[in-house]
Amino acid sequence: MSAGTAKLNVTVAEVKPINDLVTRFKFVRTGGGGLPTFSGGAHTVVEMQDGDITRLNAYSLMSNPADRGAYTISVRRDDQGRGGSKFMHSKVKEGMEMVISNPVNLFSLDLRAKKHLMLAGGIGITPFMAQMHQLAMMGGRFELHYSVRTASLGTYAKELTERYPGKVHVYHDDQKEAIDLPALLANQPLGTHVYVCGPKGMINWVHGTASEMGWPREAVHSEEFLAPASGKPFEVKCAVSNKVVQVGEHQSLLEALEAAGIDAPYLCRGGACGQCETNVIGYDGKFLHHDHWLTDEQKAGGKHIMPCVSRFEGKTLVLDR
Amino acid sequence: MSKTEFPPSIKSRPVYGELEARPGGGHLMIADAEGAEAILDLAKTVDKDFWAKAHIIYIPKKTGTKYSSQLEALGAGQYYCGPSYEAAQSRIRRALQDCHMGTQVYLTGTESLMGQAMYEATSAGIPHTAIQTEHRGSTARRMQCVHCKGITEDVTTDPFECSHCGLSLFVRDHYSRRIAAFQGVRVDAEDPGNIPEKVELFK
Ligand code: FES
Repeated sequence: MSAGTAKLNVTVAEVKPINDLVTRFKFVRTGGGGLPTFSGGAHTVVEMQDGDITRLNAYSLMSNPADRGAYTISVRRDDQGRGGSKFMHSKVKEGMEMVISNPVNLFSLDLRAKKHLMLAGGIGITPFMAQMHQLAMMGGRFELHYSVRTASLGTYAKELTERYPGKVHVYHDDQKEAIDLPALLANQPLGTHVYVCGPKGMINWVHGTASEMGWPREAVHSEEFLAPASGKPFEVKCAVSNKVVQVGEHQSLLEALEAAGIDAPYLCRGGACGQCETNVIGYDGKFLHHDHWLTDEQKAGGKHIMPCVSRFEGKTLVLDR
Repeated sequence: MSKTEFPPSIKSRPVYGELEARPGGGHLMIADAEGAEAILDLAKTVDKDFWAKAHIIYIPKKTGTKYSSQLEALGAGQYYCGPSYEAAQSRIRRALQDCHMGTQVYLTGTESLMGQAMYEATSAGIPHTAIQTEHRGSTARRMQCVHCKGITEDVTTDPFECSHCGLSLFVRDHYSRRIAAFQGVRVDAEDPGNIPEKVELFK
């Protein structure tokens, strides 16, 4: 698997449960030395050796971007998921050696902004933590609105409120508190950029409301990594490498290509970056496009697929790989 | 005066579109001379409520009172008519300071007006791609002399004399967003005194 970014060998320095769902992991460089600096919003892809399956999941870095001593991520356990987060929660222990990718940033701050307005839902808080470190260091102007289910699941809410007094606003679903988005957006000074990270519904709500209110598209930023969907097994022919590959029920097409030793690029593994886009040479069946990279036209055109999250149902699929 | 089709040019040369009413918390319209026509055209597509949230800043230039009463009659929440861009500048800055995200900015008229107002609006924090422009009226250019840095307004010929240092300058399509001007380069630098005949390029 050569197709991601450069790899880093790290050792797990700390595993700390934060609440019922979230555990925090700290990585230091194996054998000592500094890690590359990154910018707020960056993620790393963590490789998990789960028996004979290699799982790769992207997680946002939440530590101070200027701190080269360690990287920190937070993982929310997803019992319905395909096993990556469960592996992190149950198998990863302090002292374990792991491989992670160099940081990649698909959700960076627009430093031309005069003010940064951040909207987080649940575990979507993590990229903002690094961004707030960065902005606090630079003296940037920011404000965070953070929506959580309950106070006990408000991961880092207390810590952030203390660290950035007056800048952090927390909303509890169970107390029927909600972000008054139209009012919030209506009062932002010119030059404000808004950033949203959270569930799909929240992201759509922010994009939709902002555009109805006349916000420029360039001033609205979001990040959502999708988990690869499971589905019926299918078969794919790889024309370049001349191999036929079986894609299992809980395996993504990208994972199947990797398992077959086929060079397949990726950066996010969540349908967001465009890096894995692959040309379709021929097919007989239907695509299940799950990404938010291809345009609707491209999806209908049957010439491209994003192997990290999308699937296929039908007789034959031939890819340019 | 009707719209101008500009011939294809280099990348730095700005291109202009056609104003359309877009949803927003406010509408800041800055126009000079025949730019008024673009606003009057846009007015045909909107209802009365639109104008309550609008602010028109208008510089008639040579058109005198031809359009000003029509613009005033649109009933914008705020209307200002001023003698020159310089006179209107503090008003433009103030308007931008006071407005919030979601305000739509519409610029129309000469390239000089649009370029300078664009600079103010982008400095205030609006991405330039979100600002609408429509060219109307004179194609005279605002030129910067690359030698003395002086700016000459309303240049209509190529070459032209820099109004600051007096050199004869060749009119380039190279455009600077920061100073909202095209670049003028000495036309006889290689062969002093050999100045080609002036051609009236712009009206
Ligand atoms: S790897 Fe990023 S879209 Fe597939």
